[in-house]
Amino acid sequence: MWPLIGIVVIVIGFALRFNPLLVVVVAALASGIAAGMDPLSVVATFGKAFNTNRYVSAPWIILPVIGMLERAGLRERARDLIAATAAATIGRILIAYLLLRQATSALGLTAIAGHAQTVRPLLAPMAEAAAERADPAITDAGRQKIRAMAAATDNVGMFFGEDIFLAVASILLIKGFLEANGIVVAPLQLSVWAIPTAVAAFVVHGARLWRMDRRLARR
Amino acid sequence: MIGLPFLYTIAGVLFAGWAALTLADRTHPKRLGSAAFWGLLALSFLAGDMLGDLGNGVLVLALVAIAGTGNLARGSVPTSSVAEREASATRHRNRLFLPALVVPAVALIGTFLFKYVTLAGAPLVDPKQVTLVSLGFGMIIAVVLLIAWLRPPAAAPFHEGRRLAEAIGWPIILPQMLASLGAVFAAAGVGQIVGGLAGQVIPDGSVFLAVLVFTLGMAGFTMIMGNAFAAFPVMMAAVGLPVLIGTLHGNPVIVAAVGMLSGFCGTLLTPMAANFNIVPAVLLELDDRNAVIRAQVATAISLFVFNTLLIWGFAF
Repeated sequence: MWPLIGIVVIVIGFALRFNPLLVVVVAALASGIAAGMDPLSVVATFGKAFNTNRYVSAPWIILPVIGMLERAGLRERARDLIAATAAATIGRILIAYLLLRQATSALGLTAIAGHAQTVRPLLAPMAEAAAERADPAITDAGRQKIRAMAAATDNVGMFFGEDIFLAVASILLIKGFLEANGIVVAPLQLSVWAIPTAVAAFVVHGARLWRMDRRLARR
Repeated sequence: MIGLPFLYTIAGVLFAGWAALTLADRTHPKRLGSAAFWGLLALSFLAGDMLGDLGNGVLVLALVAIAGTGNLARGSVPTSSVAEREASATRHRNRLFLPALVVPAVALIGTFLFKYVTLAGAPLVDPKQVTLVSLGFGMIIAVVLLIAWLRPPAAAPFHEGRRLAEAIGWPIILPQMLASLGAVFAAAGVGQIVGGLAGQVIPDGSVFLAVLVFTLGMAGFTMIMGNAFAAFPVMMAAVGLPVLIGTLHGNPVIVAAVGMLSGFCGTLLTPMAANFNIVPAVLLELDDRNAVIRAQVATAISLFVFNTLLIWGFAF
């Protein structure tokens, strides 16, 4: 039971809003020591994993491109384009993005969009411009809600689209796990069973976006 | 063969550039601390394989010490003014979207084409890392195009990257840190203990409650680990295989596929999934670090209920 102490550290540390990097290191030390490892070998285990997991941070190399585009006014252009298109309401913009994100993820193209690549430079300014037209008196808190919903839409679209693609990591993990336990399944069967939830995600999240549109339009 | 080392070199050079620019920025509020942070990160990406496990561990502790004591901060980076951006947006109009599409286009084309490119019988690009490597090529091509088209100052790619990286701050390494925590948790046997506990609470005789323990376990353990991939083997071994598939003869395809998607509902609800939930809150300059999670709660809970009912209704 004692190795679970790391989970307790994480929950309490995040709830009390300590710096999450510190919380993570303390949680690792707590769980490792509770499991009978000596502190130095916990540090070494963590360091080894940090080195192997560098690929997690590698996509940040996109930042110079996004920064240079922002320097050239990409966010302003995205905003102006939406401001000039009367049919582009916030609900329609986000629903279209949700559909596009689900469809491209289902084709295995998860890397073509994301929070740094598309949400910050394109989707968020577009959504804000549309919200501003629907409600010119929108507050800063209201704008932040719109931006948060843009990020949420990207996550929902990707999570519940990618599993339809045959070669995605999670499908391969499931196939590998079942095979190791003597159950042979075809990746296609697994991806077919990702479709009902993908449809439900589009309906549920799309309905929330549509209601958001109605709420803003009534103001 | 071109693989991850190629990407790590690009990233390492970028981080080293940020460290040098920070060091040269006399007005930076936390000049030395911030320069050390980016410098250490550059060291990790350029020479991490030569540092040894303990060396890497000490490097992580140093990064955390700098960031945890507030010594990583934003400086004033030279960039364009609001008026210049408005003018540029009016002048270039929709052509500005084209370079933004270069990176995804190259990633897409590279993913398909590099499979067929070989050099002396070996694949030119590591087949397992084709998308990430293509992303690296896309980034280089986009930067070159932007420099040729817009003629910004020569250091602009480094300055602009640093401007965004400083705006993100310490969350920039949080996803990698959480992935590493997962490795320590695995070494400490956390997964087996949680799985054992979940296996004990299954009530006898109720298919629905057994399904609910499984999906709740998937979502809950995903929230703890920040990753459904870590939760899946644990909950499958504890509940999915022995109870749902074994005793109750559930369809393994539906149990496993929809079980994974129940885990994804947990991903939408946890700060531990930092790259999906915390990093965007910082990138979009939201005051509430959990604002993205709040926006996802209603969708996540609805889909969780849907997935639970889907398994219960169709797997048995």
